[in-house]
Formats: sequence, C-alpha cells, structure tokens
Amino acid sequence: MPFSLLKYGLRSRHVPFRDIPPTPDLKRSYDVVIIGGGGHGLAAAYYLSNVHGIRNVAVLEKGYLAGGNTARNTTTIRSNYMTEESVRFYKEGVELFETMSRDLGFNVMFSQRGQLTLAHSEATLRSFHLRAEMGKHMGTRIEVVDVQTVKELCPHLNLDLGGQHEVMGGLWHADGGTARHDAMAWGYARHAGARGGEIHQRTEVTGFEQAGDRVTHVRTNRGTIAVGQVLQAVGGLNGQVAAMAGIRLPIRCFPLQAMVTQPLKPFLDILVSSANLHTYLVQSSRGEVVIGGGSDPYQLASTRSTLDQKEHLAEGALHLFPFLHKVKLLRQWAGITDMTPDYSPIMGASPLKNYWLDCGWGTWGFKATPVAGKRMAETIATGRVPDVLKPFDLSRFDSFALLNEMGATAASH
Amino acid sequence: MKLLTCPVNGPRNITEFQYLGPVRAADAEQPEQLIEALFYAENPLGVMREWWRHTPSNTVLIAERHTVSDQILATYLPNRKPA
Ligand SMILES: Cc1cc2nc3c(=O)[nH]c(=O)nc-3n(C[C@H](O)[C@H](O)[C@H](O)COP(=O)(O)OP(=O)(O)OC[C@H]3O[C@@H](n4cnc5c(N)ncnc54)[C@H](O)[C@@H]3O)c2cc1C
Repeated sequence: MPFSLLKYGLRSRHVPFRDIPPTPDLKRSYDVVIIGGGGHGLAAAYYLSNVHGIRNVAVLEKGYLAGGNTARNTTTIRSNYMTEESVRFYKEGVELFETMSRDLGFNVMFSQRGQLTLAHSEATLRSFHLRAEMGKHMGTRIEVVDVQTVKELCPHLNLDLGGQHEVMGGLWHADGGTARHDAMAWGYARHAGARGGEIHQRTEVTGFEQAGDRVTHVRTNRGTIAVGQVLQAVGGLNGQVAAMAGIRLPIRCFPLQAMVTQPLKPFLDILVSSANLHTYLVQSSRGEVVIGGGSDPYQLASTRSTLDQKEHLAEGALHLFPFLHKVKLLRQWAGITDMTPDYSPIMGASPLKNYWLDCGWGTWGFKATPVAGKRMAETIATGRVPDVLKPFDLSRFDSFALLNEMGATAASH
Repeated sequence: MKLLTCPVNGPRNITEFQYLGPVRAADAEQPEQLIEALFYAENPLGVMREWWRHTPSNTVLIAERHTVSDQILATYLPNRKPA
C-alpha cells in the first residue's frame, strides 16, 4: 500500500476510474445469475470472475447497487461467537477484511480497533467466559477483562458503580473492527465488472421457469434470461424470493434500526456494546457516533423508523455516555432483516439442483460479506459445498441440528 | 405513540403489549407438522394473524396486522372473531 500510494501521488496525470460498471443490455443467457446486488452478491461475483474464471455472470439488483442492508448496517466486524462452527467461519471473514484494501486496491477503511462488550451481571460474565474460551480455542483474540481494564479501554464510559447497570467487567475482542461498507461493495463491483461480470441495477427478479428440479430461466422486469446456475442473496427479502422458486425458508422479517449523531471530537476509539442495555456505539472516522441496538419487537417488512426504538437507543447511549445528552441526531434509518430461528445464516444447497442459497443474514451479515462471497463462489464453481459452510445447510432444521447463536444478534453484541 | 386495542381494556399504548408471534397454520401437537410449526412460521408481506398479550391484565388476544404498512385491522379474543 505505501508504495502504491507514493506512485499514485507522484503520477502527474491521474485518470479517474468508474467504480460502478454501467448497466448493459441483458444477454439471453448467463452461466451464473446472482439475485441481489448487495455486498454478498457482489462479493460472490468478484470471486467467481477473479478467482474461478467464471465470467459470464450477471448480478441482478432491483434497486441501486448495495442500497439494501449493505448500505444500512453499522459495520461491526467480529468473530466472538459462541459455537465452534460460527467462530471458524466468522474468523475467516475477519481475516479477509484484514487484506481487503490491498486485494481490491480500494481503501475500505478497515479499522481493527477492538470491541468491548460490557457485562452488568454475574450471569453475563459467565457466558463471556464461555465465549472467550471458545474463541481462544479457535485462535481468535478474545478475553474477559475486569473493571479496571474496562476503564483503561474506554475512559469516558459511565461505569455506574453500584447502580442499576453496574459494569462488572467485559469481553474484549481485539480482532473486532469496522470498515466502510459502500467502499467494499464498490470495490467488489469494480473488479467483477473488469473481468466480464455484469451488474444490472433496477433489474428485479419477478419469477422463475423450472424444469424438474432445476431453474431454467429467471424472469425480470427487463426480460427473461436462461441460466446455468442461480445464487440468491437478497437480504431482507430472502423468504419472498425463495418462495417464487418454490423454496420455503425458515425466515421472518424484522426491522433493525440505527442512527448517527452530529460529528464530535474523537473520544471513543473502540467499539462498545452493552448486553443489558441492548445498545452499541462506535465513533466513525468523521466523528459521528453510530448507535445501534436490538431488533424491533414484532414482524414487519417496512424500513420506517419508530420513535420508540430511537428513544430506546438514545437511552442506552446516554446511560453509557451521559455527556452525549445535548448532541443532535443527524440521521436515522431502518433495514429489513431476514431472521432465522437459530440466529445463523442459511448457506449452500437448496431443494433445486442449480439454485444456491446465501440467506438468513439477519442482523449480522455485513462482517460475513467477504467470506460468504468467497465460499459461495467456490460452491458454485466446484458444485461442492466446502466443509466450513456445511453446518449452515438449510436441511439442519429438518434434523434439529440447529446452530444456536445468540452471540450473533445485535442485541447481545 | 402507537396504539393497539385490547378487546378487554380498550386502546392502549403498544408498549403495554408483548408480541407472541404469528398464528401458525401447522399444529405442533401433530408429529408430522412439528418442524413446520417450530421453524417455518408465517411471514407474509400482507395481512397476518398474530398473538399478542396485554401484559398488565394478562389478556391474550389475536391481532390482524398488515406487515408492510403496519396497520392494525382488527383485534379480538381467540376464537371470538367479530362478524
Ligand atoms: C440497521 C442495521 C445494522 C446492522 N449492523 C450490522 C453490523 O454491525 N454488523 C454486521 O455484520 N451486520 C449488520 N447488519 C446486517 C447486515 O447489514 C446484512 O446482514 C448484510 O448487509 C446482508 O447483505 P446482503 O448482500 O445479503 O443483503 P443486502 O445488502 O440487503 O442486498 C440484497 C439486495 O437484494 C436486492 N433485492 C431484493 N429483492 C430482489 C429481487 N426480487 N430482484 C433483484 N434484487 C432484489 C435488494 O434491493 C438489495 O439491494 C445490520 C443490518 C441493519 C439493517
């Protein structure tokens, strides 16, 4: 990176490049059609074209590129999960973020500043010990820390000693961090486009034509296309799109909300979350404080924010940092999340032979974008589901082999 | 403030209620429907029948709500759907 930066700085004539490839006419057929131009779909297109040499690929996006949950998330990247299967998978995801700027030649502003989750009870501390031991066993940097260390990691935090939410310790995950979500999506799109991958914005999949247990054609608002293989990665609408292909998914839609404050002087250089208060905060490189929390309490497929939930987030934020009380909110928003019963994604095969799933990402899928894209591309290219994805197969619900991952939700970050 | 009408207590702030999930077509008591009842809950983009509980009075009720517009169309006690 430093050398290329120098070269870039010294070059007298810089020709600007276009990040997002223009939308061409649809061809009559593609080897692979990816439904959903969010981070997951774009990452898969990138790996298919750049690693596996499969170039006749179209990404179909009904809105604009990466305007779904990829644009709406709070960009927490971490691998401090509960189950061995999840830690293994998310750890590979964090590692891909570590080299992403270099791999894509695109600054995704990955900042591995560490994540601290606060415990306000003995019970939470006990569960943290379990997560720390599992993490260490799998080779992630994670440990339980005492109040003194919490103070050192986050000097401005209100510890509320003796109060209702007394801080009793925390889970420190040094590998945790954030990255610029849009940059990641644009980087993948640019490289996929450079190798022949086509990205079709404003192209909505409206149905399928099937023969036996295969999809033969994908219907869109711009015409019908013949397909070799299909990957579905449509974020909040995964249940609905799968239903058009005749596949039932164990998914329910819930909105997840977040907000940012006006920019402030830097005071918070780590990610901090509270399991009790269902709130987490991170200060962006622009100085804004990004505040997120738990999902809305009932099923909804709408991206409208609610006052209740915003008040709840503000309450949690003020509890942790009372001096924020006069700070103004700059923006607030919501995204629809596709929640599974065991808080784990559904990746791999579907009941149809040439239709692959990358679904059920709920509130936790941003951090998984590179690894899901890489492994789903591998699956499509080789026709074989790699071991690291096998635990996430749709069939786990039929055999009660659930991957209970309460460590996955935003609420218990 | 969003309101939900409890069939016993009248319109109340929705924060007084607990959401208990969709009314499921599959029956958890039937072994062949168990997986369906446990994992494949209703998730329509449209009107859904769902269980709610008014916590102060412990009244369990059914609401019909549109899952895109969030409009509540009716609330009633189980098995007492008004004509
Ligand atoms: C407020 C909020 C905070 C979050 N915070 C975090 C976090 O801190 N860390 C984390 O890891 N995760 C977080 N998440 C979750 C994360 O954002 C998602 O899991 C992830 O972005 C999913 O990526 P995706 O590419 O699968 O889906 P998306 O980015 O949603 O992309 C799917 C695309 O499919 C398109 N589409 C839908 N239907 C069709 C159709 N019929 N035809 C064509 N295209 C279609 C949509 O327009 C959309 O652009 C958060 C989510 C929200 C809402």
